[in-house]
Amino acid sequence: MKISPQAKEKIAFLVLGIATCLVLIPVFVIIFILMEKGAQAISWEFLTAKPRMGMRAGGIFPAIVGTVYLVLGTVTAALPLGLFAAIYLVEYAKGNWLTRMVEVAIVNLAGVPSVVYGLFGMGLFVIFMKLGTSILAGSLTLAIMILPVIITASREALSTVPQSFREVSRALGVSKWQTIWHVVLPNAISGILTGTILGVSRAAGETAPILFTAAAFYLPKLPQSIFDQCMALPYHLYVLSTQVPNVNPKIQYGTALVLVGLVFFTNLVAIIIRARFRARKQW
Amino acid sequence: MKRQVESAIEKFILLNGVACIFFVVLIFLFLAREGLALFKTFSPLDFLAGTRWYPISTPPKYGILPLFLGSLIVTLGATVISVPLGMACAIFIGEIAPRWLREILKAGVELLAAIPSIVIGFIGMMTLAPWVKYLFHLPTGLTALSGAITLAFMAVPTIVSIMEDAITAVPKSYRAGSLALGATHWQTIYRVVLPAASSGIVAAVMLGIGRVIGETMAVMMITGNAAVIPTTILEPVRTMTATIAAEMGETVQGSEHYFALFAIGLVLFVISFLINMTAGAFLHRERK
Repeated sequence: MKISPQAKEKIAFLVLGIATCLVLIPVFVIIFILMEKGAQAISWEFLTAKPRMGMRAGGIFPAIVGTVYLVLGTVTAALPLGLFAAIYLVEYAKGNWLTRMVEVAIVNLAGVPSVVYGLFGMGLFVIFMKLGTSILAGSLTLAIMILPVIITASREALSTVPQSFREVSRALGVSKWQTIWHVVLPNAISGILTGTILGVSRAAGETAPILFTAAAFYLPKLPQSIFDQCMALPYHLYVLSTQVPNVNPKIQYGTALVLVGLVFFTNLVAIIIRARFRARKQW
Repeated sequence: MKRQVESAIEKFILLNGVACIFFVVLIFLFLAREGLALFKTFSPLDFLAGTRWYPISTPPKYGILPLFLGSLIVTLGATVISVPLGMACAIFIGEIAPRWLREILKAGVELLAAIPSIVIGFIGMMTLAPWVKYLFHLPTGLTALSGAITLAFMAVPTIVSIMEDAITAVPKSYRAGSLALGATHWQTIYRVVLPAASSGIVAAVMLGIGRVIGETMAVMMITGNAAVIPTTILEPVRTMTATIAAEMGETVQGSEHYFALFAIGLVLFVISFLINMTAGAFLHRERK
């Protein structure tokens, strides 16, 4: 029996459609499970109280605070570095071997396993620079990890600013740096912000890099300075689900839901900024 | 004066650009310095080819073969699952889906990419592992297979987004030419579009594999953490990444065990470096 090309096409498209469903259905199942089981745990106390009874009761407030501190530290370190690196690549770099090397380095940084960042951060920041296990060491480690995300996004944002903008500014006698600062950057800022926020949401969810550089199992009080350890949401979820016996699954799901909620919320902010920017774009 | 400021700024910006190279080199040097220190007291051959990882026995044994094979079996499993799924998904999104559906599907894939690995590991442990245990009548559901399935889902977004880029980058005229000759849409896809996008497709697969090999937390939670040489995919295994994450907290800084974990880190770094260089070369070729 010979199948006609049209029938083959129908079969092929059906198979592809089914495969696509196989990928996407679990995503919604995961989110549904988290919402359903996690929502029972969410209460004012859960979000604002400290863990009690060996973390089997109480809330996750210190972990939320710790993650926020880590994320703020990460942005502070990564944004300037990533932005200037992107400016270099778009505005200053000539197509030579050095540029090619920088590009290769970015690709490689993006591919380094997160646990290797953890090892590196411990070796360099915690031990060699004697920062100890601290918010500072964890933030710096995460910053290097999200650097490729920020650079790639900023680079794209900068290169979508039309060349004519630069030419007009330079023709008016404005210097190169002033052109970048006053003309190019304001037009690229949304794209840069979007990339930065996406990088940040990645940093908020990572566990392995902070495992030996910042995270604490349990702390009786909130961190007082950037040289203190902190609790963090992803690490707290890890602890709850593998290190502490007999934890009520409700608390585990609740922690997972708060973490995912935080990550999705930051992503949503990025998407809104991007959409508003697209709507306003004139060229 | 003004010119001096300009040139100072230019130098400063160059410095930031070069910082990326500096970081890659720094990571390598740090891993090498601490990792190679192991070989002052432990033979490199026993490290690379040793079949036992007993870091706290006396004398300790640091053979990474079981860990390497653990990583390999999980990675192979995840690749076998994620590559066909990811490829199908990329073709569906890039070629077949109408515009409105495309945006929804892409958002779904981005959603999957945004879920932190610890959460995927947790959900896998709570829901997938019991199923695997039940279906195969196993003493535990925390096996290489559970790890492979979980990691496959984490690799899919990488594979889909890079592959879809490669597919949409194929010039419209190729498709028009093929359709004009009377080929069906499907014939056009697999005879014209896919071969034209092959470099990007290979790069997507490689970067997906790189993502799987480097994954740590999910794989640590779901593969059962038994540092033995795996014989089937239904046994607990332990990967290289999970070993570092699980044991680093208990080692004494500067001890042989500490150096051994850095040596594993060095192996991981070299593997990911090779994968990324190859994928980068393919992507570079595609752009040309």
